[in-house]
Amino acid sequence: MARQAARLIGNLSSRLFCPKQLQQHRNFGSPPPPPAVFVDKNTRVICQGITGKNGTFHTEQAIEYGTKMVGGVTPRKGGTEHLGLPVFNSVAEAKAEAKANASVIYVPPPFAAKAIMEAVEAELDLVVCITEGIPQHDMVRVKAALNKQSKTRLIGPNCPGIIKPGECKIGIMPGYIHKPGRIGIVSRSGTLTYEAVFQTTAVGLGQSTCVGIGGDPFNGTNFVDCLEKFLVDPQTEGIVLIGEIGGTAEEDAAALIKESGTEKPVVAFIAGLTAPPGRRMGHAGAIVSGGKGTAQDKIKTLRAAGVTVVESPAKIGTAMLDVFKQRGLV
Amino acid sequence: MVRGLLGKLASRSLSVAGKWQQQQLRRLNIHEYQGAELMSKHGINVPKGVAVGSVEEVRKAMQEVFPNQSEVVVKSQILAGGRGLGTFKSGLKGGVHIVKADQVEDIAGKMLGQILVTKQTGPQGKVVSKVYLAEKFSLVNEMYFAITLDRKSAGPLIIACKKGGTSIEDLAEQHPELIVKVPIDVFTGITDEDAAKVVDGLSPKVADRNASIEQVKKLYELFCKCDCTMLEINPFAETSDNQLVAADAKLNFDDNAAFRQKEIFALRDPTQEDPREVAAAKADLNYIGLDGEIGCMVNGAGLAMATMDIIKLHGGTPANFLDVGGNASENQVVEAFKILTSDEKVKAILVNIFGGIMKCDVIASGIVNAAKQVQLKVPVVVRLEGTNVDQGKRILKESGMTLITAEDLDDAAEKAVKAIAS
Repeated sequence: MARQAARLIGNLSSRLFCPKQLQQHRNFGSPPPPPAVFVDKNTRVICQGITGKNGTFHTEQAIEYGTKMVGGVTPRKGGTEHLGLPVFNSVAEAKAEAKANASVIYVPPPFAAKAIMEAVEAELDLVVCITEGIPQHDMVRVKAALNKQSKTRLIGPNCPGIIKPGECKIGIMPGYIHKPGRIGIVSRSGTLTYEAVFQTTAVGLGQSTCVGIGGDPFNGTNFVDCLEKFLVDPQTEGIVLIGEIGGTAEEDAAALIKESGTEKPVVAFIAGLTAPPGRRMGHAGAIVSGGKGTAQDKIKTLRAAGVTVVESPAKIGTAMLDVFKQRGLV
Repeated sequence: MVRGLLGKLASRSLSVAGKWQQQQLRRLNIHEYQGAELMSKHGINVPKGVAVGSVEEVRKAMQEVFPNQSEVVVKSQILAGGRGLGTFKSGLKGGVHIVKADQVEDIAGKMLGQILVTKQTGPQGKVVSKVYLAEKFSLVNEMYFAITLDRKSAGPLIIACKKGGTSIEDLAEQHPELIVKVPIDVFTGITDEDAAKVVDGLSPKVADRNASIEQVKKLYELFCKCDCTMLEINPFAETSDNQLVAADAKLNFDDNAAFRQKEIFALRDPTQEDPREVAAAKADLNYIGLDGEIGCMVNGAGLAMATMDIIKLHGGTPANFLDVGGNASENQVVEAFKILTSDEKVKAILVNIFGGIMKCDVIASGIVNAAKQVQLKVPVVVRLEGTNVDQGKRILKESGMTLITAEDLDDAAEKAVKAIAS
């Protein structure tokens, strides 16, 4: 774990000290710079499962929001049109024809792992899998495959998705509660994230990018992956981290925050202080057993790393505003 | 005895680099005899045994399966640990007895249909619908074996220890070097080399090495084929006739795999579960019963946990965890409401919905319909936000129901706690 943190710190410092690399992308005709936190207004998205009920509803919403939806994938429906978008038989076709670089997956659990693998094999930059209920043995194989390559990033599964307010919405979050702004949010929960978004909008801070990493024990992106991006994103001036019982993702995050020495305020809320031990509270990954993975442990570790941990989920926004005021950022 | 052992082992053997993720306990638990049957089907050596549900069956089993045994182990089958030290409500002490063959019928008769209370069942205990008559054999050596899906190595992990039995936790603390861990590559599967490493870790004294390697491989196959999240064998024993036997096993299965493990999930014993949770499972709701007074209906597990937390913060007690999820239909909302209102302890209901996939108008229609079907005796606090919130609020207003509306989480929790007090 310490080795992982050291590697990430090395990554961060090489980026901070080599700004010249950014200049290379400013030639006329060259592709736009990569997004600061996985997505931005240039991200071109296809929907796997577009013709299904959820796929249809959320693609409509995404189009309405202004996301660059460029097509969909439903095997055997290639060549047709849905919601004004071309439908393809495979991800590879969609990538080639529609020049997509990201995909969102609304496919039922028995087929979702396969859909993720298809996107990975097609070498998309980003895959966001919304599906809840994928068998763990399937996800373990997906994760093993992901670890063998570095082209494609998976966010999820069992997650609400990712949104850069005003630019790109990939997922099921209600767009209207977001406001382009200064706070990066990373969370294991879906609806609890919306609370944090609602509150940070209400206090006038808005959000830079919000990433829902999902509630499964085997997922593609974790807190540290998002924090790494937030720490060097100039638009992200403060970070909200929403965790819950189970696993050690929050502890890993605390280690990274501490070692980075960042001055960006970090506010966290950890759900499940009142959860009874040994029971699975909804999320596959949310379990406390053997005395490890408790909310108390996580809260303690985060506070030791300088994170402001709020006791009430209704106080996330005001806590961030307070810290901003203390640091003279408002 | 062995429940949670793996979790305890995990928390004991810590190092900065090798920090274990704690393992999950899944909802599906099966009885000891079912586990034994399943393992036997997969070619794993288990003690000879038969499950019986009546005294007639006991008689038959003794004649057919144990005609020549002088002693038999009679084990109560409940989905909780601590059976050996438990007490029946009838007064009989101990849920596991080793008795002479001619006493089996008598002792089984005293267990069947009775309620056994152990450290893990809670004071209400659990009913013993079946007992397991198991072969009594002499153990030469007891080892420890487990397979889990490890979060750190993101794959299956086999854990072996040459000393098993009840003192394994102390051993793990004092001699962590005796715990052998072998991660398995999911794509290659278990190799002979992997299995050999495990067997070396187990260090059997008399059992044939090759036969042991085969047993380990078969256990791994079962783990994968049946979508187990955890498989723990303690003790993994050597008998006096040089056999490696899984003397006691605990298997947990991935709920998410129910759709492709129909046979295994059919083994679920609803008599061992909270009736509220059985009703919720039937309606496909994610529900956990607790002891408090404020019934909760929330969408999203994280928000549901946070709602329980904030109720406590305001001095109230949550009666349950309930996540209606993103795809809940109006019918499911009605069912959820019925379960909450049928709970006698519930003195107020808090509905906290932040709609993403879940639409506020669906929840609102569900609440209105439910109220028409059940006798609503307790105050209901509703807080809606998110997708279709305006439609949702309008549906509630036009229903004419007496509801307490709240603006945010704090407001909702405060009002729910106040509603009980008044």
